Amino acid sequence: MDNVAPKLNVRTPRAARTLGEPIVVVDRVSKSFHGVGVLHEVSLTVRQGEVVVLAGRSGSGKSTLLRCIDQLETIDGGTIHACGHLMGFREGRGGRRVALKDREVARQRRDLGMVFQSFNLFPHLTVLDNITVSPVKIMGADKAATKVHARELLERVGLPDKADAYPGQLSGGQQQRVAIARALAMKPKVMLFDEPTSALDPEMISEVLDVMIDLSQQGMTMIVVTHEMGFARAAADRTLLMHDGRIVEDAPPEEFFTSPKSEHTKLFLSKILQH
Amino acid sequence: MNWSWDHFFRYLFSPFLMEGVVNTVWLAIVAMIIGVSLGVVLAFMRMSKSRVLRFVSGLYIWLWRGTPLLVQLIIIYTGLPQLGLRLGVIESAILALSLHEGAYFAEIARSGIMSVGKGQEDASRALGMTWWQRMRIVIIPQATRIIIPPLGNQFNLMLKTTSLASVISMEELLRHAQQLAQIEFRVLEVYFCAAIWYLFLTTLWGQVQIRLEAHYDRPFGPAGGGGSEKTTRQKVLDKFRGPAASQA
Repeated sequence: MDNVAPKLNVRTPRAARTLGEPIVVVDRVSKSFHGVGVLHEVSLTVRQGEVVVLAGRSGSGKSTLLRCIDQLETIDGGTIHACGHLMGFREGRGGRRVALKDREVARQRRDLGMVFQSFNLFPHLTVLDNITVSPVKIMGADKAATKVHARELLERVGLPDKADAYPGQLSGGQQQRVAIARALAMKPKVMLFDEPTSALDPEMISEVLDVMIDLSQQGMTMIVVTHEMGFARAAADRTLLMHDGRIVEDAPPEEFFTSPKSEHTKLFLSKILQH
Repeated sequence: MNWSWDHFFRYLFSPFLMEGVVNTVWLAIVAMIIGVSLGVVLAFMRMSKSRVLRFVSGLYIWLWRGTPLLVQLIIIYTGLPQLGLRLGVIESAILALSLHEGAYFAEIARSGIMSVGKGQEDASRALGMTWWQRMRIVIIPQATRIIIPPLGNQFNLMLKTTSLASVISMEELLRHAQQLAQIEFRVLEVYFCAAIWYLFLTTLWGQVQIRLEAHYDRPFGPAGGGGSEKTTRQKVLDKFRGPAASQA
């Protein structure tokens, strides 16, 4: 098995960029499932335009953290601010937090895009409808203009001729690129990626990563849960390692790979490099 | 031998029996429409976050599925007047049949909705859809294909179950057959005719059902599809040309 590592088209090396204001602030967030703690007072700040890679073995809580940011999971403690919203809550009387209704949480989520491991395209809609359905039916955007925008997005993810196909007719890599286009159609301020390449055949991984690298170079704020350390090297501003519901390493990629502070990171890297 | 073909054919196409057939059909259709609507409401109540709604729906389903329709019919038609609620024959029959159907269809609708994977729910939430938008745009269109086959079976059952309404003197097919038999003393011929009409209705519906299911059983989109076809290709090659051919 030689040369399975995806070849990434890194157009420009990621220079030290000027980052904007904090756009996602996770403050001491805890979460447990049926009494088992999954996140233990996790804090994380992501600035506008920053690309953060979350690594860690399965069960370390990295996907849960991502899902909590988008309120797909409710949190037990702490606060999450994203794109100017206190996610899932509003300030009530006397500083008490009041849980928001489904409709209000839905509105908050529209500023965040999310891409899933299993693509989750809508199988009963064409690729074009998958992309346009949310802007048109949720935001009331103009249909013709949205279609034009959707075709531009398809162009951008390298699938200009697949507009009329159904998800079932596409390969995994193509489906994931459509899923990215679908999320971008809502013009999100932050993109969340939950193991976007884990369900893909090896030869399709790079086509998805290329789109993500392209996105990062255009200044998109991204939080990416992934095992693809090649992506972390190519595009990340910071690489984080989660272990047992805590962030144990938070460093720029070169430092993360060459001189990690945490024993967990060393162990993690030694396992990754054995492949 | 006392069987008379002559009488049999006369009864089979008698206007009196036909009238019963017509009444059976519309009774089944009306009860089905109301029952399915009720079932959908009950299914959403059963999946709701509210404990009260879940409890009410569960209680309803438990009661209606746990008691015989015949008993429900008799209570509604002959028992309720005691409480001052007097319903006509037709109203009672429709009410009993649709309340009963609602309890069964609630479980069918619920399992159909649940069968649409959590990934679809996640994706539609992440796109900022509200509950109703998720249902309308994503969940219900996909659940419909799951629900269609059992829905067809329920209507087949309903066509036959309407015969129970004869006990409260609903003028449907069985009731008309009973009346005809009492006048003509040709019990076997008359009831055979009734049976054949029921069989005709269910067979006709069966044909509709086959077409409906074929329509909803297609993969989404035009024929073809499915990844890069490497699995399909391998299967085809292995089956028809032997594994060696896959080297080509």
